[in-house]
Amino acid sequence: MNHALELSDLKKSYGKAEIIRGVDLKIDKGERHAIIGPNGAGKSTLFNLITRRMAPTEGKVHLHGQDLHGLVPFKVNRMGLSRSFQISNIFPRLSVFENVRCALFYSMGFKYSFWTMVDRSKPLTEAADAIIEQINLTSRRDLPAGVLSYAEQRALEIGLTIAGGADVIMLDEPTAGMSNTETDYIVDLIRKVTVGKTLVMVEHDMGVVFGLADRISVLVYGQIVATGTPEEVRANPKVQEAYLGTAITAEH
Amino acid sequence: MTDTTHSFSRPFGISLRTVMPWLVATIVLLLLPFVFSANSTITVMNQMAITIIFALAYNMLLGQGGMLSFGHAVFMGIGGVFAVHVMSYVEVFGAPLPLPLLPIFGGIAGLIFACIIGSFSTRQAGTVFAMISLGVGELIAACSLIFVAFFGGETGVSADRTYGLPVFGVEFLRQSEVYYLIAGWLLLSVLLMYLYTRTPMGRMANAVRDNPERAEFLGYSARWVRFYSFIFSGFFAGIAGGLFALNYEIMTTENMSLVQSGKILLITFLGGMGFFVGPIIGAIVFTLLTTVLSRYTELGALYIGTIFVLTVMYCPRGLAGLLMMHEPAYRLGKLRLLLAPYLKLVIPGTVAVLGSAAVFEMLFHVRHATPGQHEMGLFGITFDSHSPFAWVIAIGGTLAAMVITRKLIPQINDAWHDANTVEGGAK
Ligand SMILES: Nc1ncnc2c1ncn2[C@@H]1O[C@H](COP(=O)(O)OP(=O)(O)OP(=O)(O)O)[C@@H](O)[C@H]1O
Ligand SMILES: [Mg+2]
Repeated sequence: MNHALELSDLKKSYGKAEIIRGVDLKIDKGERHAIIGPNGAGKSTLFNLITRRMAPTEGKVHLHGQDLHGLVPFKVNRMGLSRSFQISNIFPRLSVFENVRCALFYSMGFKYSFWTMVDRSKPLTEAADAIIEQINLTSRRDLPAGVLSYAEQRALEIGLTIAGGADVIMLDEPTAGMSNTETDYIVDLIRKVTVGKTLVMVEHDMGVVFGLADRISVLVYGQIVATGTPEEVRANPKVQEAYLGTAITAEH
Repeated sequence: MTDTTHSFSRPFGISLRTVMPWLVATIVLLLLPFVFSANSTITVMNQMAITIIFALAYNMLLGQGGMLSFGHAVFMGIGGVFAVHVMSYVEVFGAPLPLPLLPIFGGIAGLIFACIIGSFSTRQAGTVFAMISLGVGELIAACSLIFVAFFGGETGVSADRTYGLPVFGVEFLRQSEVYYLIAGWLLLSVLLMYLYTRTPMGRMANAVRDNPERAEFLGYSARWVRFYSFIFSGFFAGIAGGLFALNYEIMTTENMSLVQSGKILLITFLGGMGFFVGPIIGAIVFTLLTTVLSRYTELGALYIGTIFVLTVMYCPRGLAGLLMMHEPAYRLGKLRLLLAPYLKLVIPGTVAVLGSAAVFEMLFHVRHATPGQHEMGLFGITFDSHSPFAWVIAIGGTLAAMVITRKLIPQINDAWHDANTVEGGAK
């Protein structure tokens, strides 16, 4: 088993509406994989199925060769998969520091401990501060996360996702709503923290996608119409059709 | 509603600043009986201490875990009833149990019962949790009339604490001896509950309260996190119950009724559920208030209810929130700017509050005093409750005081603005 993730014939319907219509995809260990596609194609839904936020109607997901059938999100997370959300999903009343620290507890072995004092663990505090430094929120460290600006919350969202050091990282539109400089910074950060790890990313910014991804899958109406290296995908006529030839060719 | 608990935590070590509040609390608790030595006052203080523990335990659910319980008195009640049985056992069989250890049995009973209830009720927070807590509360109230051997039916269960093993010659016959026992447990419980908030579980309780889904994607089962909060809350509620049993030597169904559960919700909210000290403040203020009110009026519930509604409407962060609001001004060293406007408010404010109370009291007197009894006493004045003159004074005075209070609000706002502005007082 060389694949970090393997989706086979994955389907999801809401009542009669088929949102994901049979997705097969293999993502190698250490690969940076981007999923692109028009709005409403089902990219976020696909993420939700992989991370067990919801159960697929049909089909299977394997993480490191292990079937995720019937598992709940926290179990999947403990198996080394961490994800971010398209709409920031943070702890609004906790400080930025507390947010990041909560993302570290489990992976740093604290688990359900009610006998260790968190403030007295130097490695914990240092690890949290290091993440905050990386996501450029040091000046916001002690503010409640809920009062941060949109872009700052996006950065925190990524911070929470990468903090635990999972080896499969899934980011749903990490740069949405960020300025160009913020985007450049975050892309660099993503590149840095995903070295040697598997990255699956949904992204609309083609600059980001083509700069970062080893391989790209194009999702249209719940089906993958093309998978391949950036060059292959760009040259694929079906993709150009889906994007009406605009986005991809215009950018490159 | 941010948690301010982190603001006085110093990482990697115990500093004087972290120990200070506990030291002060210990000294105050030691000295209190010398200042207030009357038996009746000590009784009130005992009641206060027990309520503080219960309120803090309750806030582990409400404020820290985001679980609204309508039936938490059940855990205190079961802890108390169990402690009474242990006390009787000691009395009958002469078991060598020192009395100060008794509350542990209450705690364990609360913990075990919480494990049972929590196993299904913590599956979700929100309405489902609230409804289950309400159901369990009702259920136990009904059970207490069915399992008479344990709950003692309508009369409850009682025992005598003085049959326990004397500790260093202390037999706990005197109120002050019981006071120190309770004060010791108060300190220990508050310390443990505070420390719990500083553990990974305590922190995750906050996280799950804010966003259970995200917690799940960080490796934590929201349900288990809630379950931990729930059982520890049950444990400390049980400790409070054990102390209650020890103090009053009787536990009845009334102690675990929905009324008691509602009361603790009110206390916690009044004090401020977003702050660790909130429930402590709430318990102290509430106990004092009920004691004073019960001495002077039959309308206590009306006033308490009014205070609760006003708190919910005008300061949802509770009394602790009201205090904490002044922290920025304090940091700027400008708290004194607020002093004069506040002082100006004292007289009209007090008159408005007492005046409104007077109107209610007079109304009550007119409606409920024995027919022909027109004479009533209020604030040390005796007057005819049916005389129009008294009514004019009461209503007129109250309205005038309200108008003046209202007029002072802009001044307070200005002062508030100045006190919280960095550059200086200039507007
Ligand atoms: N709970 C639901 N019930 C019914 N339909 C849903 C539900 N959730 C999503 N959908 C539908 O599924 C489709 C795919 O949604 P999804 O959010 O996965 O798209 P997406 O590719 O992530 O789009 P975007 O680029 O806008 O984020 C949409 O048409 C949406 O309306
Ligand atoms: Mg989406």
